[in-house]
Amino acid sequence: MNNNDRPLSPHISIYRWPVTMVSSILHRATGIAMAAGFALLVFWLANTANGPGAYAALAAVMGSTVGRILLVGWSWAFFYHLANGIRHLVWDTGRGLEKGQATASAWFVIAASVVLTAVFWMVLS
Amino acid sequence: MAEFRLPKNSRITRGKHFDAANGSGNTRTFAVYRYDPSTGENPRVDTYELDMDSCGPMVLDALIKIKNEIDPTLTFRRSCREGICGSCAMNIDGGNTLACTRANDEVSGDVKIYPLPHMPVVKDLVTDLTNFYAQYASIKPWLQARTPPPPDSERLQSKEDQELINEPSACILCACCSTSCPSYWWNSDRYLGPAALLAAYRWLVDTRDEATGERLDELEDPFRLYRCHTIMNCTQTCPKNLNPALAIAETKKMLAARKY
Repeated sequence: MNNNDRPLSPHISIYRWPVTMVSSILHRATGIAMAAGFALLVFWLANTANGPGAYAALAAVMGSTVGRILLVGWSWAFFYHLANGIRHLVWDTGRGLEKGQATASAWFVIAASVVLTAVFWMVLS
Repeated sequence: MAEFRLPKNSRITRGKHFDAANGSGNTRTFAVYRYDPSTGENPRVDTYELDMDSCGPMVLDALIKIKNEIDPTLTFRRSCREGICGSCAMNIDGGNTLACTRANDEVSGDVKIYPLPHMPVVKDLVTDLTNFYAQYASIKPWLQARTPPPPDSERLQSKEDQELINEPSACILCACCSTSCPSYWWNSDRYLGPAALLAAYRWLVDTRDEATGERLDELEDPFRLYRCHTIMNCTQTCPKNLNPALAIAETKKMLAARKY
């Protein structure tokens, strides 16, 4: 039998995700989300430069329910990526890599991102 | 590249169910991945109900019971049954571990047993570890020294020096860590994986070894070392409670430190 004909054992579909694995993929996902968010930032700047009419149109879209959900999502992505980025910096010094520490810091980063997002929107509104 | 879906020949089909022979009432269901290369059929998951009053405490005991009493073709590796040979590494209840040291009672619900993830399957729970072993060999896991040893003694180490290699040299090469790592799943052709990198670290910090520079040169590569994104699955899953993630972080530090 050709070795290449061997089936591949199941992986992502059967693996039980530790919270550290969740926090890792969230870091990448929030990074991608922020890249998309920057397109909006450019759009916002362009519309601001184009005068009050263009600005009002964009403000109406982003002020709608869907727009608000997207904005909250982007701000959460920013705070999550920031907090987890600091976690990575600490790791790069060789600290916080014990099993219990990494699990605790994953939960901490998730909680901190939610709290920071809530505080951010409370200050804004 | 990350390929999330299993290839066509690897998708799991519904298997057979085997009831407990003479129900004592105390039964447990074991769902076991089965693949027979001689049939040309896709892998399947068979379920076995076992009478737990006549079964040993470990998952390996259950597998041996299935092989002895229900299906002698069930194929898996095992040897020492005390967590030192690393043969019975497999995916149990969603995590990679040794079947001989994982108790059935530690698992809630049905006990799901799969081979080590994202590996070519030879038969049932036996995976092809050729690439894994080749990666271990590639880090040159032996002492390299130009200075000859003292003529009348061994190369002696202080207690502190020995403690540096104590933990990393306790690795049994069971492959639980490497096959738990998503980076290794997607890039095992170029990323060395946590087990080989832990072994590399063991020789990097060995005070008798004189090839530290060459060893670091070999590792300084976007794939071999730097595909580690600190996902931490290796350290979470190691059945010997070792810490490959920390060893990799320390290796990255050594590479950064020698530049500046």
